[in-house]
Amino acid sequence: MPTRTIANKSIDVDAEGFMTNYKDWDLEVAKVLATEEGIAALNDRHLIVLNFMRKEFETKGDGPSIRKLTKESGVPTKELYELFPGGPAKKAAKIAGIKKPHGCI
Amino acid sequence: MKKFVILGAGTAGTIMANKLAGVLSRDDWSITVVDRDETHHYQPGYLFIPFGIYSPRDVVKPRRDYLPRGIEVVMAGIDVIEPEQNRVRLQGGRVLGYDFLIIATGARPVPAQTEGMLGDRWHKDVFDFYTLEGATALARRLKHWEGGRLVVNIVEMPIKCPVAPLEFSFLADWFFTDRGLRDKVEIEYVTPLPGAFTKPKASALLGDFLDKKRIKLAAEFATGSVDQGAKKIVSWDGREIGYDILVTVPTNMGDEAIARSGFGDELNFIPTDKHTLRSKVKDNIFVLGDATDLPASKAGSVAHFQADILFENILDAIDDRPPGAKFDGHANCFIESGFNKGLLIDFNYETEPLPGKFPLPGVGPFSLLEETKMNHYGKMMFRWVYWNLLLRGAELPIEAEMTMAGKRR
Repeated sequence: MPTRTIANKSIDVDAEGFMTNYKDWDLEVAKVLATEEGIAALNDRHLIVLNFMRKEFETKGDGPSIRKLTKESGVPTKELYELFPGGPAKKAAKIAGIKKPHGCI
Repeated sequence: MKKFVILGAGTAGTIMANKLAGVLSRDDWSITVVDRDETHHYQPGYLFIPFGIYSPRDVVKPRRDYLPRGIEVVMAGIDVIEPEQNRVRLQGGRVLGYDFLIIATGARPVPAQTEGMLGDRWHKDVFDFYTLEGATALARRLKHWEGGRLVVNIVEMPIKCPVAPLEFSFLADWFFTDRGLRDKVEIEYVTPLPGAFTKPKASALLGDFLDKKRIKLAAEFATGSVDQGAKKIVSWDGREIGYDILVTVPTNMGDEAIARSGFGDELNFIPTDKHTLRSKVKDNIFVLGDATDLPASKAGSVAHFQADILFENILDAIDDRPPGAKFDGHANCFIESGFNKGLLIDFNYETEPLPGKFPLPGVGPFSLLEETKMNHYGKMMFRWVYWNLLLRGAELPIEAEMTMAGKRR
């Protein structure tokens, strides 16, 4: 399992770059990960989504689907795609420091 | 007298009713099966209706003909399930108490979930094929169509039978080739997934098939709305794809009674232990088939393998023992590829589809992850197997647990 240095912290990630221990995460780490995903600055709306993702992961052990994000975080689907262009569930999970969501079969 | 209630008499509920009726003594147990209507649909057969290969007669039969004798069959919608009181309230007012409950209420397409889908042109230019009405309306439209852009679209995962939209595209290629129209028809396959299918090896192979058959792939397209006036679908991030005929697989959801009962997820699927099939709602409730939230395919083969496992676990539960059998996520799907050929895939939670021979290692007669005529015959024969063996809970020569025998990595 590769280890990276992000915001002066040593962090384990999987082959696709998802953090393997969500407890190593903090806002500074999130900012670096966001830049790597092409998001220059994190605003309040980003943070609502990231915090919801982390809370969901903590209780359920998996990231939420986009539908669940929309229903329970209060951020509409269209805005989710604007905040995290190219796939909110996956991209927000990466920046939130949680494992890649299992998604669907 | 103890009471067993099964909600839903589709593939999963019917198999389970037949298995249980075979072993539970009528002196000690009553079995009640609830469904909303009298007809059982062979859902895998919908795929063939748009191309005139099957007619509605081939896929619709009376439900009661496939349910065992000596049980009670109730035709009513479900109002609400009340786990704390161990009872189910039916629409029309009847209340059923139970000692054990199996929920097999399935999944269905809900086109109303997508803005603009149910406009004036629904079943005129915009069709689903996972319902009898959609499939027959599409058959009428394709029969006299002279060509243009045919867009096959999956709105959102998970869907029932995830290979069916691919099969539809392959069959469309064959159908229009056969009619001498292929050069006048553009086919585009539009999916929210990153490729043709969910599993890497099969996705690569099926992606090659799309190429070979001149079917364009638009991946990672999360459908946000349908504009029926301008004849285009629009993704949440603003991409647009135009169509002359849109064949869509709408959002799939579990039964509304699950939402009313307050224990479903955001798509009304029921939280279920992925190995024992016991619900996470309460210990005397089990869930089978498409109604679960398991990370397994929503398909008849899965319901069938689950039924073998659940049968053992229910016998354990009746004896007050912890459930001993474990479902491994096994799925087995024929993929019709057109021109009287087909593929077969066999996989579970851990192992993706691999090449090899099936079900007899080294012998077959079916070939895994490979296009053969025999696989096509298997698919066509399966309708008979479904009505005459599978629904009745008979033993088939395929184990519930996936095997690696005969497979190559």
